[in-house]
Amino acid sequence: MGFPLLSLIVFTPVAGAAVLMFLRRDDAVRWTALGVTILDLALCVAMLASFDTTTHEMQFTERRPWVPALGITYALGIDGISALFVFLTALLGWICVLASWAAIDRKVKEFMVSLLVMQALMLGVFCALDLFLFYVFWEAMLIPMYLIIGVWGGDGRVYAAFKFFLYTLAGSLLFLIGVIVLYFHGGETFDILALTAQDLPFQVQSWLFFAFLVAFAVKVPMVPVHTWLPDAHVQAPTAGSIILAGVLLKMGAYGFLRFSLPMLPQASVHYSTLMLALSALAIVYGGLLALAQDDLKKLVAYSSISHMGFVTLGIFALNLRGLEGGILQMFNHGVTTGALFLFVGLIYERTHTRSMAEYGGLMKAAPVYTAFLALFVLSAMALPGTNSFVGELLVLSGGFAADLAIGATAVLGALLGAAYLLGMYRKVALGPASVARFSIRDVNAREMAAILPLAAFVLWVGLYPKPFLDIIDASAKHLLMQVHGEGSGQ
Amino acid sequence: MDPETSIRPLLAIAVPALAALAVVLLNNREKLRDVVSPLAAIALFAIVASMAPTVLAGGTVDLRLFEILPGIDFAFRVDALGMVFATVSSLLWIVAAFYSIGYMRHLNEHAQTRFFACFATSLAAAVGGAFAANLFTLVIFYEVLSLVTYPLVYHHEDEEGWTGSRKYLVYLMGASKSVLLAALALTYHIAGSLDFVAGGLLARADASAALLTVVYFCYLFGFAKAAVMPVHAWLPAAMVAPTPVSALLHAVAVVKMGVFCVLRMLFHVFGVELVGKLGLGIATAYLVSFTILMASVYALTRDDLKARLAYSTVSQLSYVVLGVVLLSPVAMVGGIIHIAAHAFSKITLFFCAGSIYCASGKRNISDMAGIGRRLPWTMGAFFIASLSMIGVPPTAGFVSKWYLATGSVDAGHIAFLAVLLVSSILNAAYFLPVSYTAFFETETQESRTPVREIPMMTIPLVATAILSVLMGIFPGYFLALADGVVK
Repeated sequence: MGFPLLSLIVFTPVAGAAVLMFLRRDDAVRWTALGVTILDLALCVAMLASFDTTTHEMQFTERRPWVPALGITYALGIDGISALFVFLTALLGWICVLASWAAIDRKVKEFMVSLLVMQALMLGVFCALDLFLFYVFWEAMLIPMYLIIGVWGGDGRVYAAFKFFLYTLAGSLLFLIGVIVLYFHGGETFDILALTAQDLPFQVQSWLFFAFLVAFAVKVPMVPVHTWLPDAHVQAPTAGSIILAGVLLKMGAYGFLRFSLPMLPQASVHYSTLMLALSALAIVYGGLLALAQDDLKKLVAYSSISHMGFVTLGIFALNLRGLEGGILQMFNHGVTTGALFLFVGLIYERTHTRSMAEYGGLMKAAPVYTAFLALFVLSAMALPGTNSFVGELLVLSGGFAADLAIGATAVLGALLGAAYLLGMYRKVALGPASVARFSIRDVNAREMAAILPLAAFVLWVGLYPKPFLDIIDASAKHLLMQVHGEGSGQ
Repeated sequence: MDPETSIRPLLAIAVPALAALAVVLLNNREKLRDVVSPLAAIALFAIVASMAPTVLAGGTVDLRLFEILPGIDFAFRVDALGMVFATVSSLLWIVAAFYSIGYMRHLNEHAQTRFFACFATSLAAAVGGAFAANLFTLVIFYEVLSLVTYPLVYHHEDEEGWTGSRKYLVYLMGASKSVLLAALALTYHIAGSLDFVAGGLLARADASAALLTVVYFCYLFGFAKAAVMPVHAWLPAAMVAPTPVSALLHAVAVVKMGVFCVLRMLFHVFGVELVGKLGLGIATAYLVSFTILMASVYALTRDDLKARLAYSTVSQLSYVVLGVVLLSPVAMVGGIIHIAAHAFSKITLFFCAGSIYCASGKRNISDMAGIGRRLPWTMGAFFIASLSMIGVPPTAGFVSKWYLATGSVDAGHIAFLAVLLVSSILNAAYFLPVSYTAFFETETQESRTPVREIPMMTIPLVATAILSVLMGIFPGYFLALADGVVK
């Protein structure tokens, strides 16, 4: 056991939050939070730089006894499936701080503390190798997120925060039951790797699969348990939306990848058609809902349902292209939708409306804003050359391999995506300038600092995705071998 | 011949792209800004021409940059088919660059920097598409071309501009994000690669005939820029753009990108043999014949000159596809060289429409009575280009139609010979009256305003008219390239 890099990554934001407690001036709080998140990002970059892409084994592992009597350990480690999300969480972390710089003007200290604690817990979820530890991080996330929405949100924040809390909690309880069943079946251990290695009877697998499905489907969210999402997004402050879309939604898909697929392989194969159908439903239904919105933030929120449908479609295609595409698309969605929520926040700060009917002709008033908005809109609709196209091509290719009809339905969702995204851009940026009555200023340097890294990832992944796919590759192949049995890692 | 590796394909894309950047940077220095495009056009043509000898000798110029996905590289390959498209686009950009300056200055158009920057980027996209070595690289440039031409279509930013440009984007993006996306994903699923392969990537694929047929039609309609009915309506809608855009982009670069992609699909994704084996050649031939005739009928009914030219373009693009799907070598050559023949003539016709509009403010043919006496050079060029569209010797159109006609006999499908004849009659029916009105009808009283040739526009359009005749007399270069594709 070497240098505890992962512990450092997970707990740096907590230490930062502790420091914030002693600061008085709001600006000092902001700068410190920014410094802490940048430091955390730097640690993640260092982690990726020494990440070994040739193995599916857990890396940077740490293991300390915690509650030996119950077989609980403090165990951290990452593989190709979690590595990108640890990085994504840290990347969005400092962008969240920048996005809240001016938007949050009361209880700044408390907000930044919540934000940093939230980041630590999310990082913990992706790093945890002990099921108990995972569950602690997983549940604890609810608290700061509840506060971020409920205290700093819009007018309907209390309702939205409560709805978010209830949905997620209900799902989590089923997950908890599943965890306990696993614990007793697996020889009273919480070690995720040990639990993965055991061979559960199909009957047990099926029950667990559906228990997990409810928990993870709420997070993703999959239709029909998606209704908390638009409320939470619309009411959450910009940073809250970025975290929700960028990272929290990934938790559900991550759950499928870390638990359902490797621990319950027969059930995963058996119910894959159901999962593919639910994914296709989410893609199309989410797209239709997005198409019907006038509220900009709701549109992006519903588009997430559609986009996450592509992710689960890729995962449950249960072939290499689909799986790698799904995982890459999780990262892409974090970058792109995070950016779109950032842009929604920027324009809301200026106009105090989110109704697209009131925008128009923004291109004239804010050319830089609209130019970058165009990039992210094109990325969201997966235009060739952007990050999402690579993921979408892989997912669809995998989807067609699994089931032609499902693939064709997903293509319909892609078309819907083009329709609502281009429609949105036209209403906001083009046309006669009806925003003249707002005094719009273009993006400033601080806002550019948040936009540019995301824009860079859109093009980097779009044109040269190899480094990202290399990280995923070995672990994805291994996962498929676990699902289909040895020797079939196609 | 071994493929030759060179940086020149990338250079050819970089020159117009950098020109666009220079245009933006020189926003406030109008004179200097306007010099950029012609210079870049000449440089681009020189780069393209420098690769011609290798390609004519049967070789290719390759550039492999990096791997995108397993089986997919970001890569360029200059071959005979790409050379046809690139030569035509880069050569005509030189002429169009001068013409644009004349047009934009004369009308004192707004947003000229945006115009010239997008124009130059369009050329980068067109050349990039021409030289792309696989479908992935190709569609990147294909989509960039859709995007950068969009501001050119809504250029006037009036009601008409927004409506037209919306239709433009809805058709092009709609086709891309539905059938084309499906075709790409299915191809990758079936073949595990998206490379262009001589003889066809899918030729030895293990897939059912039904699935391959679906993929085929997904491509045919997915490349909506080829404007095969029913995905043609974006083209007349795009005519709200300033005339230089209609001329170079919507008669040459954009639409030729469409048919070029269809040809790539036919030759290097499916392969001629597979298309024949699946019986898709004749099916497509009937489909495009319908487009040829129907679009000509539409053209007949349009009084707005640009609208008439647009429908004529829809019709003529299908000639290119028809030639290739007849699957006889002679017809295929005809289809390929028609890319060039149509380009030279149609750009002339659009240049004339713009020249008439600038000189007199007229757009409708019925208002152009007697205008030929005021604009003899313009209307003379219009007449020559019309002859080429109809297919009268010794113009370029005659050569390509000759190959198409003998090819359809060669292929044993006399029905398509009839299609060619009927459409030629229709061509004559909608083009010759324009010249008749211009030269032989008397001017009405109110149109006796001072109408004069504008040299900056007349010289380019005379040049392209001459090119139309030259290609009719010396078709060797394009014939050699077409032979290189077909062999």
